[in-house]
Amino acid sequence: MNKTWNNKAWWMVLPVVLLVAFSAVIPLMTVVNYSVQDTFGNNQFFWAGLQWFEEIVNSERFHDALIRQFIFSAVILAIEIPLGIFIAMNMPKKGWAVPVCLVLMSLPLLIPWNVVGTIWQIFGRVDIGLLGASMKALGIDYNYTQNIADAWITVVVMDVWHWTSLVALLCYAGLQSIPEAYYQAARIDGASTWAIFRYIQLPKMRGVLLIAVLLRFMDSFMIYTEPFVVTGGGPGNATTFLSIDLVKMAIGQFDLGPAAAFSIIYFLIILLLSWVFYTVMTHLDKQGQKS
Amino acid sequence: MSTVATSSIAPIKKSRFSRQGIVMTVYLVFLLLPIYWLINMSLKTNEEILSTFSLWPQHLTLDNYIKIFTDPSWYSGYINSITYVVLNTVISITVALPAAYAFSRYRFLGDKHLFFWLLTNRMAPPAVFALPFFQLYSSVGLFDTHIGVALAHCLFNVPLAVWILEGFMSGVPKEIDETAYIDGYSFTRFFTRIFMPLIASGIGVTAFFCFMFSWVELLLARTLTSVAAKPIAATMTRTVSASGMDWGVLAAAGVLTIIPGALVIWFVRNYIAKGFALGRV
Repeated sequence: MNKTWNNKAWWMVLPVVLLVAFSAVIPLMTVVNYSVQDTFGNNQFFWAGLQWFEEIVNSERFHDALIRQFIFSAVILAIEIPLGIFIAMNMPKKGWAVPVCLVLMSLPLLIPWNVVGTIWQIFGRVDIGLLGASMKALGIDYNYTQNIADAWITVVVMDVWHWTSLVALLCYAGLQSIPEAYYQAARIDGASTWAIFRYIQLPKMRGVLLIAVLLRFMDSFMIYTEPFVVTGGGPGNATTFLSIDLVKMAIGQFDLGPAAAFSIIYFLIILLLSWVFYTVMTHLDKQGQKS
Repeated sequence: MSTVATSSIAPIKKSRFSRQGIVMTVYLVFLLLPIYWLINMSLKTNEEILSTFSLWPQHLTLDNYIKIFTDPSWYSGYINSITYVVLNTVISITVALPAAYAFSRYRFLGDKHLFFWLLTNRMAPPAVFALPFFQLYSSVGLFDTHIGVALAHCLFNVPLAVWILEGFMSGVPKEIDETAYIDGYSFTRFFTRIFMPLIASGIGVTAFFCFMFSWVELLLARTLTSVAAKPIAATMTRTVSASGMDWGVLAAAGVLTIIPGALVIWFVRNYIAKGFALGRV
């Protein structure tokens, strides 16, 4: 669509800018302020330069949390994206089953995140949870509060439970937009199921898949509440992801300077990723307009 | 031709249906099992939860729910949550509508940068903002108020609302605007009488997403409240540690937080995927 150049449109955007600026710019400036100062209490601050940034960038704690975070996001994507596509391809196309599937699948998305954590905390407990008790009955030594592997499995399965439906719903919407004529043509050509998937369904899902990948990447990258409720970051620091570590540092230990520097580095990583997201999205929109 | 096509398609569809049925059943059971377990526990007494392991309640009891509905410290949590979620949804939609229109119809100085800047706020980890929010909102007297939490949630809901609405608005041909202006409609009359009804489903979906993300968020809501505006989700975490694991009530409270979401989902079931795709399917 060709848009007309009109700077008066700023008046329409102004309320949004003011509102978001109040909630985003002022707090961000506070963080920047803290990140370059040190304090001995009593609200007396003095200039500390880039000391905190150096400390954070070189700290093993930050490296470990960052590595755990990337591993977690990678595992999440590797499981949820293929599984979501698979589910979407098996969803019913018409009839009474469609609304039933849509509503039941959306259900986990609408549960407050700490309740998601609570659900899995209960579900996985060996004494009162169905999952934990079944594991015990099968003779598997499962305990997510003690064993690192079990804690990871629980957190990952919880996230798969929570968010795979999002990927599936997006892919389903993409699949629905494929005209029936495409499939008929493919059948006349004698195309295999794999060929139909590879050359018809996958290209049509490209746009929604990209959104799914990036939404899941972003949200898993800033995950906090669910693992915090289930494992509290433990056992040890095994499931302490970036956000959990940051909150521990900022509110638990009240280390304002390092926490602020941590925030800014964290935010810059997110900013870089958002930029990639935005560029690819606008690029796709342009391609969509051409075709 | 058509008979040939249908007869050759029919057997494929039948064989796929059974596989589809199995896959979907397994997946839905996987989704519903933890929720079932929560409901199951909410209908048991604490003694039964801890002493016997059973797949369904042996002694069905509604005591846990009764406790929540009669104790103000519990049910006020629901009222607080609903209050700030509704406030947030109304604020987000109100400011996002004109902004999304501007983005979808006009080019203006710095529009792309502005759009990207809005987007970064959706991607900003709430943990980064928790502490400065606490200080900022305390200093301007918004700490522990419903409007304070609603404003804080605008941080990620307004960009999202602008984004989804822009997607839906771009689907409306520009000729409609131009025709309306030629017919002598003023901008406000055109916007409220013609344009908003055209994107009504988009506004509904956006409202749903604002509701959803404000409803499920806890970190900021908990940081910004202490008593007067404490959300139900925070009530849950605190009471658990204080009363030595009252599993039954905890489960009942969890079940009650699922219900509002389940209700609103029904109304947007056909649009939910389009909304997640930010109006771009």
